[in-house]
Amino acid sequence: MPDLLLEFFSEEIPARMQARAAEDLRKMVTDKLVAAGLTYEGAKAFATPRRLALTVQGVPVRQPDIKDERKGPKVGAPEQAIAGFLRAAGLTSIDQAKVQADKKGDFYVAVIEKAGRPAIEVIAEIVPDVVKAFPWPKSMRWGAASAQPGSLNWVRPLHSIVATFGPETEEPDIVKFEVGGIAAGDTTHGHRFMAPAPIKVKRFDDYVSKLNAAKVVLDPARRAETIRADAKNLAFAQGFELVEDEGLLAEAAGLVEWPVVLMGSFDEAFLKIPDEVIRATIRNNQKCFVVRDPKTGRLANKFILTANIEASDGGKAIAAGNERVIRARLSDAKFFYETDLKNWREVGLEERLNKFKSIVYHERLGTEWERIWRIEQLAAEIAPVVGADKKKARRAARLCRADRLTEVVAEFPELQGLMGRHYALVQDEDASIAAASEDHYKPLGPNDRVPSDPVSLAVALADKIDTLVKFWTINEKPTGSKDPYALRRTALGVIRLVLEREIRLDLMSALIPARVMIGDELKHQMLDSLVERLREKGYTKKSIREILKEEEKRAFPDKLPQAEIDSAVAELEDLLSFFADRLKVQLREQGARHDLVDAVFALEGQDDLLLIVRRVEALGKFLDTDDGKNLLAGTKRAANILRIEEKKDNKSYTGAPDAKLLTQAEERELARAVGVAKAEASAAVAKEDFASAMTAMAKLRPHVDAFFDKVTVNAEDKAVRENRLKLLNEIREATRAVADFSKIEG
Amino acid sequence: MTDDLPAHMRPERSFQGLILTLQRFWADRGCVILQPYDMEVGAGTFHPATTLRALGPRPWNAAYVQPSRRPKDGRYGENPNRLQHYYQFQVILKPSPPDLQDLYLKSLEAIGVDSKLHDIRFVEDDWESPTLGAWGLGWECWCDGMEVSQFTYFQQVAGFECAPVAGELTYGLERLAMYVQGVDNVYNLNFNGREGAEKVSYGDVFLQAEQEYSRHNFEHSDTGMLFEQFKMAEAACRKYLEAGWDKAAGDKTKHLMALPAYDQCIKASHVFNLLDARGVISVTERQSYILRVRELAKACGNAWLHTEAGGMQ
Repeated sequence: MPDLLLEFFSEEIPARMQARAAEDLRKMVTDKLVAAGLTYEGAKAFATPRRLALTVQGVPVRQPDIKDERKGPKVGAPEQAIAGFLRAAGLTSIDQAKVQADKKGDFYVAVIEKAGRPAIEVIAEIVPDVVKAFPWPKSMRWGAASAQPGSLNWVRPLHSIVATFGPETEEPDIVKFEVGGIAAGDTTHGHRFMAPAPIKVKRFDDYVSKLNAAKVVLDPARRAETIRADAKNLAFAQGFELVEDEGLLAEAAGLVEWPVVLMGSFDEAFLKIPDEVIRATIRNNQKCFVVRDPKTGRLANKFILTANIEASDGGKAIAAGNERVIRARLSDAKFFYETDLKNWREVGLEERLNKFKSIVYHERLGTEWERIWRIEQLAAEIAPVVGADKKKARRAARLCRADRLTEVVAEFPELQGLMGRHYALVQDEDASIAAASEDHYKPLGPNDRVPSDPVSLAVALADKIDTLVKFWTINEKPTGSKDPYALRRTALGVIRLVLEREIRLDLMSALIPARVMIGDELKHQMLDSLVERLREKGYTKKSIREILKEEEKRAFPDKLPQAEIDSAVAELEDLLSFFADRLKVQLREQGARHDLVDAVFALEGQDDLLLIVRRVEALGKFLDTDDGKNLLAGTKRAANILRIEEKKDNKSYTGAPDAKLLTQAEERELARAVGVAKAEASAAVAKEDFASAMTAMAKLRPHVDAFFDKVTVNAEDKAVRENRLKLLNEIREATRAVADFSKIEG
Repeated sequence: MTDDLPAHMRPERSFQGLILTLQRFWADRGCVILQPYDMEVGAGTFHPATTLRALGPRPWNAAYVQPSRRPKDGRYGENPNRLQHYYQFQVILKPSPPDLQDLYLKSLEAIGVDSKLHDIRFVEDDWESPTLGAWGLGWECWCDGMEVSQFTYFQQVAGFECAPVAGELTYGLERLAMYVQGVDNVYNLNFNGREGAEKVSYGDVFLQAEQEYSRHNFEHSDTGMLFEQFKMAEAACRKYLEAGWDKAAGDKTKHLMALPAYDQCIKASHVFNLLDARGVISVTERQSYILRVRELAKACGNAWLHTEAGGMQ
């Protein structure tokens, strides 16, 4: 079967767009082929800086013929119905229709036969549509044609199109079409400088080999491998090793059609600059690789560049030219670095931080200075929980963003954090404090490292919790696919920090102070009200109010409007449920049942993520046992009966049952067992021994089973009935010591 | 082409020789060779021969040197690459010809950059001027890793679609000269191509100016006056735009003073750059100043499209 070859030859396509464009081309063309009934055996697309190419193998010569039957009106139907049928079926006379019979009588059937068209004609229609609708991230118009509206858009000016179609054994045909004034043909060009002459091509293998002869490597993977292998060899030959960089490799491969790898060097004096700064300078500005000395692990004064030509002098001029540019760039970097060091030495931290007063963090959330102030207060608050020194946590929080004001970070934003640590160490800061500048951003995603130093943990939690609480306050929460401030990632960061470092943090006791720090003030009035209200709801076991009050005392209005407190409480509870959702996602990915997470969260005042997870684990194990399954079934049965009867009577049966009204032995036994289980489970929960709490619950099971076996709940005597319903309620209440069983599925 | 030149005029020997070679090259391809615009601008693009002529349907091919002022880039003459005043060589071709890349490469050949020896690359660099309300797609052109030119297909100028699209080439003359002369410090460039006592360097011509203007731009420029000048230029621009509509033609169909109005827009833009260099404009204000200049540029573009050269019938 024939193969299709397409090439779009243009001016230089941005490196970052090439891979996606090749994939889009393959998908768009093949989807349209399939939709036109032209299935194919295989397809592969390629990109270089100047061309997008596609080969589709095994396309049928023709579309399949289509035979379609269309049912019409009954024989003898009104004339209008017949006329409408003829029109719709494309017939000129009713004689052309067949007559078929079914249960209701005879009716007309039109048989429509559509002969498949030659594939080459279909392709000639498909390709211009693909070109016109091609989804470049940015495209442009050009030349005289752009004077008129509707002229062709492409990523850069498109110069020619190759489109051939034919079987392997024969001379292929040109697919005849025209788009944007360019007629498809069989002519392309080789390398811009080394083989610019026109080349006639036939099918894909011929195309690839002719391009290769004309100094163009079509396959980006092959170009990348050449660069990687040659770069490694060049480094190795000099006793160094290449610092590999996949992103840079892909970009370098997208900037050349014929990769030629060369090595250059720079003055050793530049090695005084930190390695990361050298690498960022050479990589970002010059798209060159750096190499390291395996003996020291530090960078060597060499770099590796990828040229696009085999130069007549073997590349001497090219290497020399690149060396000059890199020298100038490193001079700049050295100047930035030395300026930073000088500033850190000569200008006090407070004075430097004052600059943050004029940098807006978010238009509704004040300045960076205020944010740092809040992180500092919060980090001090969290420090004891994670076992960090309070003073160190404060200092680390104060320093953690200071590198944003440096010249090096202004030039290379990706070095933020890393430079903060570097400059702090140069200033003889404590190693933990310095590390926090880099590590408090972590973890940045599900695969990023979680810090372990307590000082970093305190600042990392403070930073993330402040972000979440403040964005909740201004109601900028993630919705659907929109999460512009990466708040989901931030919450997941808190979860990973807490779970992986086993931190016992009552989340609400960290959310409250974050909520009441507004600007650079602590609103004590609000703190009082919030603590009080949230305590009623079972949160905040610790006395955070006292801790915070020592820190700072400020005047505040006598009374806060109730509505303000209400909305703050609602906000924090909403944020806590956001954490619960993130935790569910996280646990589900690890294979835990989300309904068990719900069952635990439904209990009052659950804001210690670590305990929640431990409780979920214990609950999961318990429910895998027979005792667990039966107790769950019994509890659900009790809850169902209660629900029905409470609805019928329009009252709820709470409160302790009356011992005197317990008439049957099974009732009395159950009442006693409930009391024991409740006490034992609560005691175990208080000790955070969830396994024992579950064991205590398990003891209830035979009594519940016996009760349902022998006792009729809806007794004749009203008082007895009510007492029994109250006993059922006791079962429900007792199990709440470990989880809300009504949320558990099954 | 360089062989028939006397030694002191060769682009690899002399800064002025480089300029004259480029002028000659583009003159031979039918360009109007203009002289620099007689106002302070931040880039060659601000010259009305580019900004305004890029608008409207009429063909236009021009080339010129434009002294460009970037007050913030001053380094008191101490940095070997950065200047607050430098030269751009600007080429504008409307509509963009199909062989624009080849023409550009030939112009490099004319000044002695051999593409068999040097690695010339077109690296993505999309151009946008927020103050001019303009954008285009193109590249920065690299020679052995050094950016020597900007290459842009204008898509929009002053908020208007370019129809047809113009191609713009901007050569950084000092960078290019440093490259072809093999010099690492801009002040060491040979300006006149002579040797010994006759030699005049770039530093001889411009070092003192860089020092003086750096002092002025960063320390002494009269910000009170500059704030006033910005307001005055903005007001004058609007006034001239309003007064320029041809009353006889009626209904704002024909404009008679687009160029003088645009001069005031250029003025406002430069004054803003001076204020920015003094650090007296906060981050939020900065955006609003840029928007104010853009509004002027858009209004001037609109006026231009209602003039004869702007294509009005």
